[in-house]
Amino acid sequence: MPGRIRRGSLDLVLEPGETVLEGLLRGGAAVPSSCRAGACQACMQRAAAGDPGAASQQGLHPALREQGWFLACVSRPTGDLTIADGEPPAIGAAITEVTPIGPAIVRVRLEPDEALSYRPGQYVQLIQDDQIRAYSLASSPVDGPRLDLHVRVHRHGRVSRWLAGAAPGARVRLRGPAGSCFYTEGRPEQPLLMVGTGTGLAPLYAIARDARRRGHTGPISLVHGARDPDGFYLVDELKRMVAEAGVFRYVRCAMTGEIGGEIEVGDLAAVTLRLFPNLKGWRVFLCGSPDWVNALKKQCFLRGAGLKDISTDAFLTAPTPAPPRAAVTASGR
Amino acid sequence: MTSLYDELGGAVAIDAAVDIFYRKVMADEKLAPFFDDVDMERQAAKQKAFLTMVTGGPANYSGKDMRRAHAHLVAEGIDDSHFDAVVGHLAGTLKELGVDDAKIARVGAVAESVRNDVLGRNPAS
Repeated sequence: MPGRIRRGSLDLVLEPGETVLEGLLRGGAAVPSSCRAGACQACMQRAAAGDPGAASQQGLHPALREQGWFLACVSRPTGDLTIADGEPPAIGAAITEVTPIGPAIVRVRLEPDEALSYRPGQYVQLIQDDQIRAYSLASSPVDGPRLDLHVRVHRHGRVSRWLAGAAPGARVRLRGPAGSCFYTEGRPEQPLLMVGTGTGLAPLYAIARDARRRGHTGPISLVHGARDPDGFYLVDELKRMVAEAGVFRYVRCAMTGEIGGEIEVGDLAAVTLRLFPNLKGWRVFLCGSPDWVNALKKQCFLRGAGLKDISTDAFLTAPTPAPPRAAVTASGR
Repeated sequence: MTSLYDELGGAVAIDAAVDIFYRKVMADEKLAPFFDDVDMERQAAKQKAFLTMVTGGPANYSGKDMRRAHAHLVAEGIDDSHFDAVVGHLAGTLKELGVDDAKIARVGAVAESVRNDVLGRNPAS
């Protein structure tokens, strides 16, 4: 029996195989979504009545499951399902420290009111006033409950400029964690390639540290792209990781600059594919601007990386001025 | 008779086949433009369903589904040559996985049965 969904004034019968997310979008509802595979949680909805199906609640925090939250992108109900209007829950957090760590990049350290369970490389939605931005977590739960974000301060960025100037004790709210871009155990010898632009370094740095901590023995290569040779950050920390035990390769790539120096010069995708021409059997992480992430994802796949071995986190930038209710949650990263 | 799907090793083997098949399709200059702007995970899921169907696995595609799924591509100009190319990559994928020619021919016959639906034609034409 085909499922039937209701949400506000929307009331429609799902087509065979259609997910709740597809149904909601077909019905004209503005629902954010990203992975459409039950991982990123961007499309999370709450069932007020009816059963969204066990698969759509798999992996969710038990407290969320109990309240009826489910992932619309993998929900295929067989009966009537009434979906509540409203936003997913959020926890409070205090800013403890704002430190400049690069050109127009600050590290924002947060103390959440309750410990957040997350995997290094996942992201949170940060809510400040009526604005929501996604930021990747550069920290790891082994560092303690504190959370680190790398924030690019945009010239007209409402949230990023507020964060850069925030005094210790300033309050925000957090939703999440979300995202499927993190290290998974099971193949410790597998070569890892991580490529990121700008503050896409935040999740990659966290994932690289996490991989090592979890006993990864295979080579790890991290390629960081920036526009100019002076646009890099965390350089000393990453060079230190190269010097430590294990095989860790750190490559910086700038679009402009002097050729032949320590920094690779050229298009980040082209340089990456030149340095890593064969990715058969590799695990790949790509974080940064969407066009570039999607193009490189395809190239990595064509060069032999399995589709399930490629994790991506595309950073969407908030449109200015922001629409009152955007269908896609913007990233401020 | 056991299906080729079971002989290959079921869902796990089909996952491996999808990567090989999809890579061949994307590397094909004639076909690549039709895949330029698609979400790769969703596309892979569709290809998995397709490979499951043509190898006799648990799939419930109807001709109507195939028509609807490809209508926008028909509008963009796909024709027999594109269909032939995809079937060629399908055969190449199975060959790479060590499937013998007789079984590949069987799979080709199943794929052939949806040609008119994919290309949005009436069976008689």
